[in-house]
Amino acid sequence: MQRPEPRDEVEMLALMLLIRRFEERASQQYQAQKIGGFCHLYIGQEAVVVGAVAAGRDDDYVITAYRDHAHALARGTSADACMAELFGKETGCSRGLGGSMHFFDRSRHMYGGHAIVGAHVPLAAGMAFASKYRAEDRVTLCFFGDGAINQGSFHEALNLIALYKLPVVLICENNLFAMGTSVKRSTSLKQIVDRAEGYDIPGEIVDGMNFREVRDKLAEIVCSIRKDPHPAFVEIRTYRYRGHSMSDPASYRTKDELEKYRLDDPITRLRAQLTREGKLTNEKFDQIDKHAKETVLAAVKFAEKSPELPLERLYDYTFINRAKP
Amino acid sequence: MREITYRQALNEALAEELERDPNVFLMGEEVAEYNGAYKVSQGLLERFGPKRIIDTPISENGFAGLGVGAAMVGLRPIIEFMTFSFSLVAFDQVVNNAPNMFTMSGGQFNIPITFRGPNGPAHQLGATHSHATEPLYANAPGLKVCTPATPRDAKGLLKTAVRDDNPVLVLEAELLYSSKGMVEPPDEELLIPLGEAEVKREGSDVSIICYAQTVPLALAVAARLEDEDISAEILDLRSIKPLDEKAIFNSVAKTHRAVIVEQDRPFCGVGAEICYRIQKNIFDELDAPIVRVSQEDVPMPYNERLEKAVLPNADKLIAAVKKVCYA
Ligand SMILES: Cc1ncc(C[n+]2csc(CCOP(=O)(O)OP(=O)(O)O)c2C)c(N)n1
Ligand SMILES: [Mg+2]
Repeated sequence: MQRPEPRDEVEMLALMLLIRRFEERASQQYQAQKIGGFCHLYIGQEAVVVGAVAAGRDDDYVITAYRDHAHALARGTSADACMAELFGKETGCSRGLGGSMHFFDRSRHMYGGHAIVGAHVPLAAGMAFASKYRAEDRVTLCFFGDGAINQGSFHEALNLIALYKLPVVLICENNLFAMGTSVKRSTSLKQIVDRAEGYDIPGEIVDGMNFREVRDKLAEIVCSIRKDPHPAFVEIRTYRYRGHSMSDPASYRTKDELEKYRLDDPITRLRAQLTREGKLTNEKFDQIDKHAKETVLAAVKFAEKSPELPLERLYDYTFINRAKP
Repeated sequence: MREITYRQALNEALAEELERDPNVFLMGEEVAEYNGAYKVSQGLLERFGPKRIIDTPISENGFAGLGVGAAMVGLRPIIEFMTFSFSLVAFDQVVNNAPNMFTMSGGQFNIPITFRGPNGPAHQLGATHSHATEPLYANAPGLKVCTPATPRDAKGLLKTAVRDDNPVLVLEAELLYSSKGMVEPPDEELLIPLGEAEVKREGSDVSIICYAQTVPLALAVAARLEDEDISAEILDLRSIKPLDEKAIFNSVAKTHRAVIVEQDRPFCGVGAEICYRIQKNIFDELDAPIVRVSQEDVPMPYNERLEKAVLPNADKLIAAVKKVCYA
């Protein structure tokens, strides 16, 4: 199995920027009360999902938890459809029925958007089970937080995944906190990756602030899984700059800690690497950034003027055959 | 027609659906090498092989969720719970994931999954192993729930469930696995629609509305009532959700009296919903208040005498019928 052509790094940088600008704009729209419910931002973690997606194929399965805007965007769901979902509009990627925590995009193999911590890891097992059942060489990329690893569903799923040798990359986005609880206070392990060892799943630690490291490590893993289905675990060390959700001031951590990670920003880092190598000029970067900002602004306009699902159709999405019980 | 057991009927349904559609697989604890804790999957491993008949570790949440994930990408899993009492460990997958996915994804992901296994109180298994889970699951929008009482219904409903594009729970009657009944021969396709009740016995004085393990009870009671000149109509719901309101209203409009005998607990039980619908829609047809016979509202005792006292039985049902008939 050949590795797919490496994706253009400037494009990947543009994707990370789009995600960041999208989240900044979502934050502003949330404060303006255009967005309801819970809203969890991904700012700081962009290299994780973009690196992982860059390592796989477009038909690989992607599934994640509720901090999911970036996963849809990285998969190619339009900023319009993502913003419209936040606004609860029919043009949203889940028709306004899912909201921030439940983004889905079937055509781009984005399988959600799951808001019960740990509950989607068994689903990933099932998706990978189906690939193996049909002898396809797809890989399932299953993202979850450091908070999910102490959930029963996670443990049950890991055992099943290992037992049935399913083609899953278990991607732990370790941003050091589950809401206000640090990993130190939640997990009786020296390092999260050791969880995998208990299930005989090979594990690695990856620097999540470094796009290239994420992409390269995952490309290697994905390639080996395609040859021979098996699971793998990566603990990707990252950081979220914002609070857990919009309502969280994140007073449980220090300014110094946040500053330390901000200095290691994944977008700044990739930009510097590309600039140093002569692949990116400041003008080009500014142009990309301007484009990202315009795209999300247009998405807000699109979401604002989009219709809501009409009330008469409330019962259309309970059963697929439309039967009202 | 030939006579087979409820267990055999389920086994035939599984085999026929596995044969018909390569996307169907059966997964659960002890379903393969052990041939099923209640032998419902007898012989299926041998016939269909380990790719399609899959033993799992004791991880209900894990394998129920695996089924939901596989259904998201086009397979049609049949997930067996050794009993539905153990499905409570997988409640999140059955209630939060399977039925919500279609809505939450704006109609992109329907979940064609069947959860099946024995349900309802058996005999002296104590509180943890005696749950009648139907009201719990019928309360979740997006789930369909059926409760076959005869071998014929067991086969026809299970086959329909497997072909349904939504999540369906087939709550089998644990105490009826060895009961016998007439079923069409295997070369005749038997599909019984979800949401269709069946009059198991015609009558004119009172409607006894029942399902699953209370159906044989109601039939036995009807025979006894005949001696006292009370003609009872026995309506087997077969499905709890969708609920066949029409059949209920038709029967009650004919007899003007209703008793509901259910195998679950009284509080927020299946009968409560049926009572509500009858009085809301055909109040004027009633000649007497509806009476419900259900379990007592206590965790199931192990002690045999006490367990009997908790469950619906013939005496309770007869008393209820006499009450509504002012007899
Ligand atoms: C079963 C369950 N329990 C509790 C919650 C509430 N909750 C939502 S997010 C969260 C923290 C999860 O943290 P982590 O897995 O590290 O993901 P992160 O927010 O860091 O991306 C909690 C406790 C939930 N959604 N589901
Ligand atoms: Mg976290």
